[in-house]
Amino acid sequence: MIPASFEYVAAATLGEAFGLLKKHPDAKILAGGHSLIPMMKFRVAQPALLIDINKVPDLAYIKEDAKWLKIGALTRESEFENSALIRDKYHLLADAAKMIADPLVRNMATVGGNLAHADPANDHPAVMLAYDAVVVVSGAKGTREVPITKFFTGPFTPDIAHDEILTEIRIPLRKAGDGGCYLKIERKVGDYATAAVGVFVRLGAKGVCEYAGIGLTNLGLMPIKATAACKVLMGGPLSDAKIREAAQLASEAAEPTSDWRGTEEYKRALVKTLTVRALKQAALRAAA
Amino acid sequence: MTTYPISVTINGQVHTGDVPARLLLVHFIRDMAMLTGTHCGCDTTSCGACTIDFNGKPVKSCTLLAVQANGAEITTIEGVAQGGQLHPVQEGFYQCHGLQCGFCTPGMILTSISLLKHNPDPSEDEIRWGISGNLCRCTGYNNIVKSVQYAAMKLAGKQPEVVIINEESTVREMAH
Ligand SMILES: Cc1cc2nc3c(=O)[nH]c(=O)nc-3n(C[C@H](O)[C@H](O)[C@H](O)COP(=O)(O)OP(=O)(O)OC[C@H]3O[C@@H](n4cnc5c(N)ncnc54)[C@H](O)[C@@H]3O)c2cc1C
Ligand code: FES
Ligand code: FES
Repeated sequence: MIPASFEYVAAATLGEAFGLLKKHPDAKILAGGHSLIPMMKFRVAQPALLIDINKVPDLAYIKEDAKWLKIGALTRESEFENSALIRDKYHLLADAAKMIADPLVRNMATVGGNLAHADPANDHPAVMLAYDAVVVVSGAKGTREVPITKFFTGPFTPDIAHDEILTEIRIPLRKAGDGGCYLKIERKVGDYATAAVGVFVRLGAKGVCEYAGIGLTNLGLMPIKATAACKVLMGGPLSDAKIREAAQLASEAAEPTSDWRGTEEYKRALVKTLTVRALKQAALRAAA
Repeated sequence: MTTYPISVTINGQVHTGDVPARLLLVHFIRDMAMLTGTHCGCDTTSCGACTIDFNGKPVKSCTLLAVQANGAEITTIEGVAQGGQLHPVQEGFYQCHGLQCGFCTPGMILTSISLLKHNPDPSEDEIRWGISGNLCRCTGYNNIVKSVQYAAMKLAGKQPEVVIINEESTVREMAH
């Protein structure tokens, strides 16, 4: 199928893109294009202008500073698979990236587009909720840092104004005692999750859990952070009893509907099982 | 309708055109560059029949715009054989019966070439994982995996042969 007609500009700088967005209320940013172009082919999206940011320099990087792992918005999913830093230190992110779409799609799809699309079926929202990441949103007047828990304001609606662009994602720098894991049940490669759970824990002295984050994928109209489940885990060691309690709370936090991927009941059961497994794996990695 | 001048290097040859923004790259390749080896098998970015090498990476050309390819270096299946010699991956598909109707084959081959470039000695699992964005609806994947194993051997300077063991075809290094 062929998209409806539109105009196209390859922006050379972010400034140029901001200006074009401001001038054109019907414009959209084109990053990897692997959510947007399929939607345009089906005419679900019919923007009047596409502003391609693929030629804007310095938007794709993975680097650590004193406080954060900083990821440029235009970083492709395949870069995570190829990055030794991610593979060795950021397991939750590494697990998830491998499970997104298929290897060919991952050569184009960007992490910024994955979050900006704010699709509850996308995998990065749950990952970033688990990490308690910060999203950097830039505009002509400067940049804003948005905590991920405030970033998704409605179904398919991120906290990005029309004339702003998501430029960076920040994940807390890995410390000793950090562990993460992403588990996804999909019907086949390239499918969105029937259910997926992302878990990140930070263990301190004597294995006391200082932080726990649990994100749920494709289990409601919006990406979900299972806050009550996270709370019961924090303040003590990750005992089997606590893990079971958290898993129960996570399955209650999910808001699945029955569809061709499974019934509501089945999906809640998956959340419970995946949460137990992901927490155990994260705890092992934290101890390693 | 606004059109945009583009210049794309495909298999070492420059192709130019004035294209509307909504023209998909796969259609530019097939209908304007007249290279019909690249196929288009779906509307949902699922099948991989349209796979090309785009600036060094295999991607689905049905989900890129032709305008995005301005200045790009592309390899399609027509550019894979060199000097009348089949590429080892093509030879593998030929020797191992890696194709029946051939519709998925150009995409499979472009993906496999890239896979072997990054991982010259992949395990069976790694091959299956590597080609998981390419669907084959008739040959099935067993012979495709063998084709890639054949090519890996050949690229490593060994001479592969296909033999039947227990009624199953197997690729192994030819005895000297
Ligand atoms: C076959 C297939 C299977 C897939 N399976 C999965 C899967 O299992 N899991 C998963 O998570 N995803 C999956 N995806 C989606 C894929 O990861 C998308 O590419 C991703 O969701 C969007 O990233 P993109 O760079 O392609 O964004 P685009 O398609 O370019 O953009 C998506 C939206 O975000 C906006 N946007 C993009 N970047 C920015 C930015 N920096 N600032 C502001 N707005 C921006 C665009 O305007 C558009 O509205 C799949 C896609 C395909 C085609
Ligand atoms: S035509 Fe099916 S993925 Fe491109
Ligand atoms: S050979 Fe026919 S689809 Fe693969």
